[in-house]
Amino acid sequence: MSKEILQAALHKQGAFGNDIDLSQYDNSDIAHVQSEADISEAGKAQMEHVGIELDGENRSASFIQVDNAVLEPKVKAQTPLELMNTGVAAQKYPELVEKYWWKAVAPDMDKYTATTALEKENGYFIRVKAGEKINYPLQACVFLSHEDQLQRVHNVVIVEDGAELNIISGCASDPAVDKAIHLGISEMYIGKNAKLTFTMIHSWGENISVRPRSATIIDAGGQFISNYVCMEKAKDVQMNPVTRLVGEGAVARMNSILVAPKGSHLDIGGKVILEVPGTRAEIVARTICTGGEIVNRGTLIGKAEDVRAHLECNGLMLADEGYISAIPQLDAYTGNAEMSHEAAVGRIAPEEIEYLMARGLDEDEATATIVRGFLNVNIEGLPDSLAKKISETLDTFSYNKGM
Amino acid sequence: MLRIENLSVAVKGKQILKNINLHIAPGEVHVLFGPNGTGKSTLIGAVMGFERYEILEGKIYFKGQDITEAPCYERARLGIGMMIQRPPTIRGLTLRQMITICGATPEEVEKMAQWMGLSDFLDRSVNEGFSGGELKRSELLQLMAQKPDLLLLDEPESGVDVENIALVGRAANYILHNDSTPCSGAGCDKGCCSFNCSANPLAAPQKSGLIITHLGHILKYVPASHAHILYQGSLTCPGGDPLDILGCIGQSGYETCVNKGCRRIRK
Repeated sequence: MSKEILQAALHKQGAFGNDIDLSQYDNSDIAHVQSEADISEAGKAQMEHVGIELDGENRSASFIQVDNAVLEPKVKAQTPLELMNTGVAAQKYPELVEKYWWKAVAPDMDKYTATTALEKENGYFIRVKAGEKINYPLQACVFLSHEDQLQRVHNVVIVEDGAELNIISGCASDPAVDKAIHLGISEMYIGKNAKLTFTMIHSWGENISVRPRSATIIDAGGQFISNYVCMEKAKDVQMNPVTRLVGEGAVARMNSILVAPKGSHLDIGGKVILEVPGTRAEIVARTICTGGEIVNRGTLIGKAEDVRAHLECNGLMLADEGYISAIPQLDAYTGNAEMSHEAAVGRIAPEEIEYLMARGLDEDEATATIVRGFLNVNIEGLPDSLAKKISETLDTFSYNKGM
Repeated sequence: MLRIENLSVAVKGKQILKNINLHIAPGEVHVLFGPNGTGKSTLIGAVMGFERYEILEGKIYFKGQDITEAPCYERARLGIGMMIQRPPTIRGLTLRQMITICGATPEEVEKMAQWMGLSDFLDRSVNEGFSGGELKRSELLQLMAQKPDLLLLDEPESGVDVENIALVGRAANYILHNDSTPCSGAGCDKGCCSFNCSANPLAAPQKSGLIITHLGHILKYVPASHAHILYQGSLTCPGGDPLDILGCIGQSGYETCVNKGCRRIRK
């Protein structure tokens, strides 16, 4: 795509979400951190909080990008996967650039993609060759360490035919950073009968804006399981990842757990396009408002015969301020598409609280138990330690009891 | 165990119960008869302490303690257990977790679920998609785990088929006698129950019950000692023989029974 088109796109607002003036941020590539050792203890704690194990023992490979600098990626010996900076991979594999770079996400989609496409490329390139199954999860961390930083990330993930990979993507910021912005483009390609589990956990600072732009293309018999968890205050996160099922029997399942405390604005969606017969999709979102703002979009587009898809946008209001806006959308382009949705937003039913109180729980315990149940979606592919961490967060996250 | 003194209760500002007096001693099981809408559920709901039942006057004592103002969960912790007539579904909270909340150990969870024929339901959301009989069994299972000293049952037979009534009845009986060791379970024959056949009839029962019933089927399984008719917001025929009163209601209806028969059948 020509530079002129991209430059013109620098003024293009996103389809959803608040418009952000990127000129207020520092778009430099200065490496404020040279190695893991330079990351503050509080920053390391944040990284662990989003599922990143710094010793990397139970991980097949580790990738860390701090601001716009990529630390040396680590891959365990004998692990049949490639992991490198996307910019490095582009030099090494021009033929892959032709095939995969900016093919799932249009670089002129909006100012955020254009800004990322115009500058030096950072991010992770991951490739698992055909038939290889990676036992331990790969962990990728994008981290903000510098005030006013504009972070650009371009990720390319290729899981070839019959291969399997589990990615844990933890995104966080140093508690010392107040204001910053993260732009993250992820393009993921899942081959025939391949499987990718992708779990993203966000824990950003209170004044940080986040604009991920992700797209996944799944070939015949491929499976994509995407989990997204955001339970901490984040000023402004907007994303609407797109998944295209382009081969027969391809399956996508997307779970999200969103908690918006006061001061958070989360505009989170998910769109799955079922392009060929025999494809299936499920989007399950559980949102909780404890005073912040949540827009929860979900879109299923059935373009072929014999597709099946289901969408759930369920929200719980635990405060008298803030809002949840659940926007499920179903588009069918054939008579034989079976698509359904369930959307419900409300408070906890008093009968449920009373029921648990009759069994001996006080009101707070009863409320917490119901909330836990509400968030108890079947998140597959999490290592035990991470599942435990999420569970602990669910146990302890503070909710406003403005019942 | 339970003493209710001069209790008047309103729901949404409308008075439902007037000056109720009731005493249930340890080991006694009382039955509450009465036409629909006379306040039977209100009475046991007020004993459990649900917020929608507004106490206008009177006192409720449990084990000698004034619980009139105590919240529902404190009453549960003190030993009052209630079978909810239409329990809500709590999505994502499994039956196993629910029984654990009620106080069951992991071993008890498995054992009790097996007795109640709910082993396959343990990892489903509590009450989600349960049939009428399954709901009652789920309630009894929770109460079994809770081990209350005062068992409150609100129409345990409603919506339940014959086979399940037997199971529900025997489970209730087990809860009332559960200091005794239950037998092994599987293959236990009819007449006796898989978990109360070894209940020791000589052991002095210390637990009490208050049961609302329309048809009285539950009485085949749970021997009740006293009966009352709740009619137009007041208790009548206090302490009568349950089967006599049930027979009288069956023959002549509540009104006649209350107006004429009470004195005769009270003996």
